[in-house]
Amino acid sequence: MRPGPGGCCCRRPVRANGCVANGEVRNGYVRSSAAVAAAAAGQIHHITQNGGLYKRPFNEAFEETPMLVAVLTYVGYGVLTLFGYLRDFLRHWRIEKCHHATERKEQQDFVSLYQDFENFYTRNLYMRIRDNWNRPICSVPGARVDIMERQSHDYNWSFKYTGNIIKGVINMGSYNYLGFARNTGSCQEAAAKVLEEYGVGVCSTRQEIGNLDKHEELEKLVASFLGVEAAMAYGMGFATNSMNIPALVGKGCLILSDELNHASLVLGARLSGATIRIFKHNNMQSLEKLLKDAIVYGQPRTRRPWKKILILVEGIYSMEGSIVRLPEVIALKKKYKAYLYLDEAHSIGALGPRGRGVVDYFGLDPEDVDVMMGTFTKSFGASGGYIGGKKELIDYLRTHSHSAVYATSLSPPVVEQIVTSMKCIMGQDGTTLGTECIQQLAENTKYFRRRLKEMGFIIYGNEDSPVVPLMLYMPAKIGAFGREMLKRNIGVVVVGFPATPIIESRARFCLSAAHTKEILDTVTHIMANWQFLVAVLCFKGDR
Amino acid sequence: MATVAEQWVLVEMVQALYEAPAYHLILEGILILWIIRLLFSKTYKLQERSDLTVKEKEELIEEWQPEPLVPPISKDHPALNYNIVSGPPSHNIVVNGKKCVNFASFNFLGLLDNPRVKAAALASLKKYGVGTCGPRGFYGTFDVHLDLEDRLAKFMKTEEAIIYSYGFATIASAIPAYSKRGDIVFVDRAACFAIQKGLQASRSDIKLFKHNDMADLERLLKEQEMEDQKNPRKARVTRRFIVVEGLYMNTGTICPLPELVKLKYKYKARIFLEESLSFGVLGEHGRGVTEHFGISIDDIDLISANMENSLASIGGFCCGRSFVIDHQRLSGQGYCFSASLPPLLAAAAIEALNIMEENPGIFLVLKEKCERIHKALQGISGLKVVGESLSPAFHLQLTDSTGSREKDVKLLQEIVNHCMDRSIALTQARYLEKEEKCLPPPRRRTGESRAHNQGGGPGCAALGRVLGPGGQPPRSTRTGLCIAAL
Repeated sequence: MRPGPGGCCCRRPVRANGCVANGEVRNGYVRSSAAVAAAAAGQIHHITQNGGLYKRPFNEAFEETPMLVAVLTYVGYGVLTLFGYLRDFLRHWRIEKCHHATERKEQQDFVSLYQDFENFYTRNLYMRIRDNWNRPICSVPGARVDIMERQSHDYNWSFKYTGNIIKGVINMGSYNYLGFARNTGSCQEAAAKVLEEYGVGVCSTRQEIGNLDKHEELEKLVASFLGVEAAMAYGMGFATNSMNIPALVGKGCLILSDELNHASLVLGARLSGATIRIFKHNNMQSLEKLLKDAIVYGQPRTRRPWKKILILVEGIYSMEGSIVRLPEVIALKKKYKAYLYLDEAHSIGALGPRGRGVVDYFGLDPEDVDVMMGTFTKSFGASGGYIGGKKELIDYLRTHSHSAVYATSLSPPVVEQIVTSMKCIMGQDGTTLGTECIQQLAENTKYFRRRLKEMGFIIYGNEDSPVVPLMLYMPAKIGAFGREMLKRNIGVVVVGFPATPIIESRARFCLSAAHTKEILDTVTHIMANWQFLVAVLCFKGDR
Repeated sequence: MATVAEQWVLVEMVQALYEAPAYHLILEGILILWIIRLLFSKTYKLQERSDLTVKEKEELIEEWQPEPLVPPISKDHPALNYNIVSGPPSHNIVVNGKKCVNFASFNFLGLLDNPRVKAAALASLKKYGVGTCGPRGFYGTFDVHLDLEDRLAKFMKTEEAIIYSYGFATIASAIPAYSKRGDIVFVDRAACFAIQKGLQASRSDIKLFKHNDMADLERLLKEQEMEDQKNPRKARVTRRFIVVEGLYMNTGTICPLPELVKLKYKYKARIFLEESLSFGVLGEHGRGVTEHFGISIDDIDLISANMENSLASIGGFCCGRSFVIDHQRLSGQGYCFSASLPPLLAAAAIEALNIMEENPGIFLVLKEKCERIHKALQGISGLKVVGESLSPAFHLQLTDSTGSREKDVKLLQEIVNHCMDRSIALTQARYLEKEEKCLPPPRRRTGESRAHNQGGGPGCAALGRVLGPGGQPPRSTRTGLCIAAL
């Protein structure tokens, strides 16, 4: 029943938010209300073409979970839960040995630190497949990586390191999009030099005495890289969101946030004290409706108009592999005078012909995005985050960002890594290495996504997104897939509930410019040979 | 008599009901229903909810003008133009092109430019590169991270440690991992900003007690106990936490830990201790405020500290019993959702720990220096030293405030500039004035470092000289605000 390459998927209903035409935008930004192109047989793509808005085809697909699979997945969770209760019962009566740490005697009469059900999932579901996460590595997180072998003699409650190292595991998990995670080459040399001169720490905050000349240099470079007036760098990507959103909006402001936004954006929004409303993932009708209602009806109860409206979106959604519909978001934002906060954690460097992220990918003007946020962790192989935008914005953040006042600034060698890799992408180092990396990543993405599709796997997301989620659906497959792939020397990331909806467990591949065609072929070859072992095809032929 | 009459009336009524014609009963039934309707229906008609027309909506949308994304900043905002430090921010520092002795950074043990630390970081850089390209869960756990966690746990003599990639995010993530909506947190008024943010993220009930005032804390705990007795069912699921700092960043004072531990057991509240300033400073081996007071670390539920001060690296850690700490590996937001610490920074922290373990004498040296400089700075006209004498970071505060925060800040900045002209780098302690729960008065913060020479220390003496009556008098005397020496 195995389907032929590229066959059989076209009949499957496609989830609405992925590809349904966008509602009409009035101000003339959208002329033809998007026509869902009648996809040719053998294609699941629904192409959205929004007149002048999109300069390139925007192909994004999220197949709906087949009913049978959904039912079986729920049954799977049901069985796991039943067994969980049974084993909790056994543990309670000391029939089964209790492995987890317990409260010390002196504090037994304190109010319990954890609610019992809170840890039910961890204890009974996560613990069974815990070996798929936190795998310790002991090399550069490049195209291949060395993993420390570990064993568990008590069903994953504790791990022992055997001392063996699994060498040369193909790394499909790290966010090393442009391949700058390296321990040789110009970046490393430059970082080493700065390290010897400056040391690693800073021991002060930006506003006090931790503002090094290196930081100034970095911020100027980031601004010119992004094509914005000014930029500011922070020590941690997560904190860039959670500590700066509160500086921008507050009480009486409205945040419109995509339902799949990263935890850091959610935390930042919550800390800000603004009202938060959620729109459906990448769904422009939903966003427009919220915008319209917000302006027309104002704040609830007080009925005052909102002070300002901030839209929070990400460039690439790391669990879905989807790309934000930026041209439409910008059109809406302009029409409704809202502000746009774009988190390019995964897209900066990884998208666009010049690696400038999702703005570059759609050929838009960076001026149209009010707050350009991104991280240095992924494409630049460093750590930290930035915010770019108008000079007034950055000046304001310099004086009001929580991070600038209370948190230690970026480590100088890390700054140097960012500077060198960014210059490389910009071609300022006198080589074409950066451009080649960007092209290589785009090619790898197209190739790998095409191969997986041909083989009949269900993958999510945009065809240009280097994040490739492959659907596993069932909880048991999470563990099986992760382990079987590691046995075959491939490291993948598997994720399940609560990071994804309960029936949409998935494996995630992150492509890198460091991956060669041979590596990708090895991966696809192994997957083709072993797909029945873990049955990731999900009964594809049965429909 | 009356009862008989009433009975008779009742009987008559029932009889009358039997005898009444059907139409009469129906009419009365309808009337009763009518009355009920009148009673329960609204007395007035709601104004006809006329929905806005499309055109009206468009007009509203057209009319709406949002506030600008950010308010304009005046060009001379005190925090707008940062000092630019060229070269390493170690003992001697070049600020805005001027070479100064550094009294402003938290490099307490002088490990920032330690050659051993640099060598360890360099070796790590050559092995792993810079970034980790992933969170801890997804191939972002390096062997160095595991080593560092192990070493920290051993150093602190506790079961487990967990590292974060950002000092600020450590306590800010740890608090909401345990304390949820409905739980109660007792927190010192002077708690640092990271704690405030953690509390805000936890959405728990926050009870502030006066800075280091145990009587006030006990009062609040007692109040809560009374409350709990009223509603024991709720009390059984309401967790109670006390969040304090070892050495307070905002005041330079030390927390009365022994009393806190007593209160902890008396009122069954868990203690979270933020030790960013005291870790690697207090105690014989630099284990912080627990060692300083000789309190078993098991009595503290969670200790968090950053590695950005004494260890002169980046990041932070939490340590304690596995029962408590392990929970953060799935619930600590800054741990789960952030890229892990660059391995070279972890390697630097390990080497710094090695140095701390090998030379426990450095903590004594640091302590002596702190005491000496505290003494040297006493008696400067118009300025008072705030904080414990063993705190390596302390504040100088105006004895008499000018009355307006703005003026105070300006005056202090002048003093800072005055020192800077004489090659002493100090800094004003910066605060986000609108965001702080209880804003500390403006101060200058001084970070003492072991690296400043021993034996009186030219840095120490110079600082005293510049600020003191012996040197060029600070401008404050000329403004006539501070007259008497304390």
